[in-house]
Amino acid sequence: MSQVTMTVNGKEMSGDAEGRTLLSQFLRETLGLTGTHVGCDTSQCGACVVHVDGVAVKSCTMLAMEAEGASVDTIEGQAAQDGTLNALQQAFQDHHGLQCGFCTPGMIMSAADLLKSNPNPTEAEVRHHLEGNICRCTGYHNIVKAIMAASGQDVSSIAAE
Amino acid sequence: MYNFDFEKPSTIADAVSALGTEDAQALGGGQTLLPTMKQRLASPSKLVSLKGIAEMQGICTGDDGALCIGGATTHADVAAGAGAYAGLAGLAAGIGDPAVRARGTIGGSLANNDPAACYPAGALASGATIVTNAREIAADDYFQGMFTTALDEGEIITEVRFPVPEASNYQKFEQPASRFALVGVFVAKFADGVRVAVTGASEDGVFRWSEAEAALSGNFSADAIVDMAPGADGMISDLHGTAAYRAHLVGVLTRRAVAAALSLPT
Amino acid sequence: MPKDSGIGASPKRREDVRFLSGTGNYTDDIQVTGQAYVHFLRSDVAHAKINGLNLDAASAMPGVVKIFTGADFEGVGGIPCGWQVTDRHGEPMQEPAHPVLAQGKVRYVGDQIAAVVAETLEQARDAAEAIEVDLEELPAVVDMKAALAEGATKVHDDLTSNLCYDWGFVEENKPAVDAAFEAAAHVTTLELRNNRLVANPMEPRVAIGDFNRATGESTLYTTSQNPHVIRLLMGAFVLGIPEHKLRVVAPDVGGGFGTKIFHYAEEAFCTFAAKALNRPVKWTSTRSEAFISDAHGRDHVTKIELALDADNNFTALRTDTYANMGAYLSTFAPSVPTWLHGTLMAGNYKTPLIYVNVKAVFTNTVPVDAYRGAGRPEATYQLERVIDKAARELGVDPIALRRQNFITEFPYATPVAVEYDTGDYHGTMDALEKMADLSGFEARRKESEARGKLRGFGVNCYIEACGIAPSNLVGQLGARAGLYESATVRVNATGGIVVMTGSHSHGQGHETSFPQVIAEMIGIDESMVEIEHGDTANTPMGMGTYGSRSIAVGGSAMVRATEKIIAKAKKIAAHLMEAAEADIELKDGAFSVAGTDKSVAWGDVTLAAYVPHNYPLEDIEPGLEETAFYDPANFTYPSGAYACEVEVDPDTGKVTIEAFNAADDFGNIINPMIVDGQVHGGIGQGIGQALLENAAYDENGQLLSASYMDYAMPRASDVPFYGVDHSSQTPCTHNPLGVKGCGEAGAIGSPPAVVNAVVDALRSGGHDIHHIDMPVSPSRVWQAMNG
Repeated sequence: MSQVTMTVNGKEMSGDAEGRTLLSQFLRETLGLTGTHVGCDTSQCGACVVHVDGVAVKSCTMLAMEAEGASVDTIEGQAAQDGTLNALQQAFQDHHGLQCGFCTPGMIMSAADLLKSNPNPTEAEVRHHLEGNICRCTGYHNIVKAIMAASGQDVSSIAAE
Repeated sequence: MYNFDFEKPSTIADAVSALGTEDAQALGGGQTLLPTMKQRLASPSKLVSLKGIAEMQGICTGDDGALCIGGATTHADVAAGAGAYAGLAGLAAGIGDPAVRARGTIGGSLANNDPAACYPAGALASGATIVTNAREIAADDYFQGMFTTALDEGEIITEVRFPVPEASNYQKFEQPASRFALVGVFVAKFADGVRVAVTGASEDGVFRWSEAEAALSGNFSADAIVDMAPGADGMISDLHGTAAYRAHLVGVLTRRAVAAALSLPT
Repeated sequence: MPKDSGIGASPKRREDVRFLSGTGNYTDDIQVTGQAYVHFLRSDVAHAKINGLNLDAASAMPGVVKIFTGADFEGVGGIPCGWQVTDRHGEPMQEPAHPVLAQGKVRYVGDQIAAVVAETLEQARDAAEAIEVDLEELPAVVDMKAALAEGATKVHDDLTSNLCYDWGFVEENKPAVDAAFEAAAHVTTLELRNNRLVANPMEPRVAIGDFNRATGESTLYTTSQNPHVIRLLMGAFVLGIPEHKLRVVAPDVGGGFGTKIFHYAEEAFCTFAAKALNRPVKWTSTRSEAFISDAHGRDHVTKIELALDADNNFTALRTDTYANMGAYLSTFAPSVPTWLHGTLMAGNYKTPLIYVNVKAVFTNTVPVDAYRGAGRPEATYQLERVIDKAARELGVDPIALRRQNFITEFPYATPVAVEYDTGDYHGTMDALEKMADLSGFEARRKESEARGKLRGFGVNCYIEACGIAPSNLVGQLGARAGLYESATVRVNATGGIVVMTGSHSHGQGHETSFPQVIAEMIGIDESMVEIEHGDTANTPMGMGTYGSRSIAVGGSAMVRATEKIIAKAKKIAAHLMEAAEADIELKDGAFSVAGTDKSVAWGDVTLAAYVPHNYPLEDIEPGLEETAFYDPANFTYPSGAYACEVEVDPDTGKVTIEAFNAADDFGNIINPMIVDGQVHGGIGQGIGQALLENAAYDENGQLLSASYMDYAMPRASDVPFYGVDHSSQTPCTHNPLGVKGCGEAGAIGSPPAVVNAVVDALRSGGHDIHHIDMPVSPSRVWQAMNG
């Protein structure tokens, strides 16, 4: 065991980790930030996506020790201090972009990553960017719609309002 | 996972020394190694992260015009920064998914030499040079069958040098679950000939399709290889496709790569 | 003008706030103080005798608390099956014992040999590797027909064969059906496989057992769609714990799709071990473990024959199906290929004679049970595929052939034992034709052909029986439980309401849609109503959520309880206003006396119920809380028409979905936004089944697609935006809301449309192809095109 320190959602946090402790495990079990989920063990599902130094990564496929000194952003840090959802979170609620909620943290973190580099994505770009995020509930329809809406695009013409 | 020690050196020399421990293993982005370890299929005593080594990061152009990519450079950085070699940048942009590209490294991919990985096709078709802490290895000598390379124990890929072809393109037909290549074909046209490398298809890992190379070197056009496909012997046959299907796809994707190379900038 | 509250409105989901901010409470998020971790040592061979287990080295490993084996469970009950099917000859099905941990034999890759409880999960895994297992491998039976062959290895030595049952339905009709085939002008035959699937809710299963020695109470936290069912099955049949000493909690659950209905050995183990060790025991499945321990779905092999007369009327239907049960009978497994499948074979058509034969077969594979749709997708797929083939053989339009044979008069008693109360199959087909722009198809096909692609159009109808189910009926059919639902409506003194329901939401949005119903009935704001679910300690005994039953059965129970509340509140209001009870009207949250301007607010009445200073105590009790149990009179019968347009790349065989449209009749709709979402999700899973998903075994019983590296899940780029319409509404006649349920429709209705479209595309390219088995992968399409 050795101590790992990182800045999580703007606050410096420390905890013990083994070499094999995954970042997802460190966040969930050591820091109690259970919003980051683990849905697979082969790096496909993306429920565990967080941002490390501003870049979306799969926290189940990164060691906690690799994040030593890094700035980590998780789903818990997305809303305002008073709980007000950010524009992307709000678009997911407005457009019913989630059902069971399990993949949602990863979806939000991946979508935020996309909108940072591409503030006005096409439908195809959104779908392509979600290559590493699996949702089993929504058929993706309302997720794609929500992300496009969050980018300020008019989604009213998309089928099945 | 079995437990292990973790080290993150900041120089190649320190990394080489850290890898001197028995059963120590280098850790690139970990996008293949960590899932393998979760299944307890690998048990290194120590993981030596190469991510902290500044001299192994980044892309530059060498005196000979080759594109030099640091071994610890991520796929995302190659996709964004290898504009001088668009075929290679396109390959990098299609690996895995955005989060995987943000962590995975070129050195890690080439050292692992997964038979369905993309980079081996790019390196082999380009006639790249694999530069390690100890020596330089020509791509033609480097790949030695699936998951097997010319690397010695503890040897680190510090840089990969890619001669930039006149025209190139990578076509990947995705395995629908893993999104690795069911078949991937990289075509690179140089002044002195065409190289075609195929990944995903063969039980022997990445290979050069010499028959197509010969035909394309004489006439760089999809018409030169119409109806051509390698034999199905030795091709992978699994849940996602038979050997015959993979062999057929090699022909299709090579033609598409040639057509795309002709219509797109290098 | 859409409503902004109550029934028919689409308020934003209130549960979203916690899910979007990372503050949901899923089972794996729960850490019970002092918890130990269990790792199951699972068989890596499909069939073997356990000759010996040496635990010595493993038990001495660091952190090991105790290692359990089958021997620890001698005298403990086995995992029960909740449904008994009676075969063609009136005999009960063969029902093997299903121990919590393997006893003497392992029967599938994934079967639990031992359970290691340790201080940490990694220590448990380390110790599991040190267990010495002496397995004597036996031949595995994987293929169903081979499993039934003379002399085949038996999965269960104490059974007479690998045949669970041979079911005929309706057996008496068989001679008439056979005669109709003799007399037919045309017979279309199709052999197909409904591919085996893994449900794959994104949250893997988790179980935490806890025991309080002071009270003697056991608590199980589990990822379940129906905590009361788990309490009943585990308490009564496995561990012998009475309900008042067993609490089952299913908190936020990350999707179910059927696979979280069943009572699993891991739940019983954790509950048992927590008591034995007097400390909490936690199990969290990995995804790889889920592939070999979650019940799989589908896996039917069918020959279907359709007889038509010279005017193309359907005259008879005959099917012969092999249904894989896997190695043991999971909770509802026997009912899926029978009562959820055979009863639906009439589909939307007035075929007068139908005979269904199902042979359920034990194999050395993971148990198979209900997955979204359960039996109804299998019925719909074969029926809608054979109709499409018949249309091609006869040279008639597939839509016209369907329309010609539609049932148009309701109620309609099918020849397979169910009575459809309402429906309008032309109505949904009309809506579909409008959405799908059929007239533009030829132009789109030409445009595709110009790009070297083949374009195809496929359509199908579906009917499902949901709102599961009338208890007396399912009792006759072999169910070992009732299938009613419950609700307690608790009105607080200041007027707010808490509904405790036996339904369970794991994505369906009950916390939003259920309050809409109550708000509408009373005329108060939805924000005054909260829904509690998922904890047996504070909800009445209810049967949970599956089979599109929540709003139809659970919603009806809530309506009944609310009606009791309103009736009592009217008595109180009558007393307060010194009026006759019969004259009291409730509107917009206020009680008034008809024909006067006297009124009292909802809150005045609720306060009076709890502060009964001026109250008819001689007539009624104080308080305002009512419970209702609702047992449906019939199934509900949602129906619809779906269309898919595909493009096939003839060079690679890759199929892309260019358009998907769905017209459904769900009866009345409470929250259209949520209903749309349910349909989208079902279509996504249906496209997954049609194009991508395949739980494939090799001949040795090894699962080849045992992780997301080989089991292809639909991604965002695999699907388009869907067109969804539910303007055609024929309300259910026998439940108070007129609702039918919408959860499974998309998964039932979409696979045949996709395959019909692919066949259409290939035929347009000159390929004489009538069928490709799902998943219609590029490799299979290419193979079909190239002989």
